[in-house]
Amino acid sequence: MSQPRKPWLGVTLVGIALLLAPLVVGASLGNAWVRVLDFAALYIMLALGLNIVVGFAGLLDLGYIAFYAVGAYLYALLASPHFGVHWPAWAILPLGAAVAGLFGVLLGAPTLRLRGDYLAIVTLGFGEIIRIFLNNLNSPVNITNGPKGIAGIDAISVFGHRLSKSIDIGGFTVSGVMLYYYLFVVLALGIVFVGIRLQDSRIGRAWVAIREDEVAAKACGINTRNVKLLAFAMGASFGGVAGGLFAGFQEFVSPESFGLMESIMVLCMVVLGGMGHIPGVIFGGLLLTVLPEAFRHGAGPAQQALFGKVLLDPEALRMLLFGLALIAVMLYRPAGLWPEPRHRREMGK
Amino acid sequence: MDIFLQQLINGLTLGSIYALVALGYTMVYGILGLINFAHGEVVMIGALSSLTFVRLLENSGLPGTLVLLIGLLLAALVCMTLGFAIERVAYRPLRSAPRLAPLITAIGVSIVLQQLAMLIWGRGYHSVPALLPAGRHEFLGASFTNVQVVIVVVAALTMVGLTLLVNRTRLGRAMRATAENPAIAGLMGVDADRIISLTFVIGSALAALAGVLVSANYGIAHYHMGFILGLKAFTAAVLGGIGNLAGAMVGGVLLGVIEALGAGYIGDLTGGVLGSHYQDVFAFFVLIVVLVFRPSGLMGEKVAERA
Repeated sequence: MSQPRKPWLGVTLVGIALLLAPLVVGASLGNAWVRVLDFAALYIMLALGLNIVVGFAGLLDLGYIAFYAVGAYLYALLASPHFGVHWPAWAILPLGAAVAGLFGVLLGAPTLRLRGDYLAIVTLGFGEIIRIFLNNLNSPVNITNGPKGIAGIDAISVFGHRLSKSIDIGGFTVSGVMLYYYLFVVLALGIVFVGIRLQDSRIGRAWVAIREDEVAAKACGINTRNVKLLAFAMGASFGGVAGGLFAGFQEFVSPESFGLMESIMVLCMVVLGGMGHIPGVIFGGLLLTVLPEAFRHGAGPAQQALFGKVLLDPEALRMLLFGLALIAVMLYRPAGLWPEPRHRREMGK
Repeated sequence: MDIFLQQLINGLTLGSIYALVALGYTMVYGILGLINFAHGEVVMIGALSSLTFVRLLENSGLPGTLVLLIGLLLAALVCMTLGFAIERVAYRPLRSAPRLAPLITAIGVSIVLQQLAMLIWGRGYHSVPALLPAGRHEFLGASFTNVQVVIVVVAALTMVGLTLLVNRTRLGRAMRATAENPAIAGLMGVDADRIISLTFVIGSALAALAGVLVSANYGIAHYHMGFILGLKAFTAAVLGGIGNLAGAMVGGVLLGVIEALGAGYIGDLTGGVLGSHYQDVFAFFVLIVVLVFRPSGLMGEKVAERA
């Protein structure tokens, strides 16, 4: 990857932007929008995890949200009044990563022989199975509390401070959503770092080799089975961490949050941004979290201003525009909005 | 025994509908290698638009069966136009694009259709008038309705017709040639673009038929019905071996029967631990097991590893 001449300048600028973003957004648009940024950070983590599976290794996974669900429910069960257990978040999150990774292997192992669309439908089925179990595991033993979900989950604490509560620094109040924002951004940056290091590692190159041609990769001495399983496990563990954070942030989980549409949403982030290209995926995640929210807030008032009344249900209009945007972007940029400059790199060498 | 027979009949009904929808997936996949994710929504549009036409004709004094038939034909026309347009707008420009690009446009189309349907027909559930002469038949302790008979017979006839079309006619030969290799088929004088369009049109007509049948079976239709139906039908197509017509039919019927029997017996089998709401788990579980042992589906040809 061609390094910019002054990498530290760019990094500093991005750092300052990330630091100030919630303050500016909070002051100008209100805390609801800071919440949107929190979700953007969560979705970026998910998209980066899925990017390992789909973007690097080329394994089409349509049930990725299941790992998010595993992480979230693990957190919910271990830190809520539901079982009366209250583990600290920092014990649960690594455990969530490990358990989700295990589920990743569990899904990966039987599907190693499947290719392309067959893999897609099996992962889709897997995601649905997890969701149905979450929905129904309230009898005969109540584990997940069924469709009602688990409420009253402990908020994440950092250095003994619950992030759900605001904090005063020199007369300036930093609200809970902002604290969560900083936590999520730090963790997302960690995941970005891991992703970048993985990409150029031996494993990362093995994934790309499998994506490009599995038979040739095998012939080159790559243990395709282990490397594919590793892709599933790594991707899943990122999802597991994001899920745990989601549960602590929302303080409530229910099966509704983990439907197929969510998996599709995350996949859209990866593909729309530019598969296998980390900055592109981050951009895709940000775009697909913020744009629909902007539509949600803007569609009603805009109609009011244009026609004097709300002609179309804003919610339907929002999704309609979202669908049209998906089609349009793919028609004009089939490789994504910010694709990997692989060609340039190959030509340069 | 009577529960078994009853669930078998229910499963056969449901399975025939799955099979009709699965045919649409499998025909497109066979020719383009593309999952037409929007197909389930075409089924939904078929069901809702036929309902609208039926409502318009309801008080015209025509016999119910004729009203249903006219509604079906008009809905088929709507769906065929829609299928043609979807292929033109969302898939044709992306023939040579990366494989995931048409998948995303398909998801986009499916979202757009669903929201349009919501704007046109609203969020509510619509009850579908019973137009076929009501009737219930007893058979060895199990019972079935006229609607169920019509569904199974119509589905079976359609499948026979489609098989004849693909295997015996000039158009079918062109379709098979295009599926084999569009470029070579082009050299042999087949207009591949036209054949692909026609495939979408035929698949959409089947979707309209399936939509009418499924709403007649349950007595309701709503804007969200296409999603899960499409998912099940796609599962059925993969189960049978996607790209294979006979596979889609077998997969559809099998999936319906498995689901119905699973729902009927899962409580007894597990001592009441798991109830019938695990019906969907059953379907997906069977799918995974089948694919693990036969990675290209029950009737799919074994695909050679590409070099």
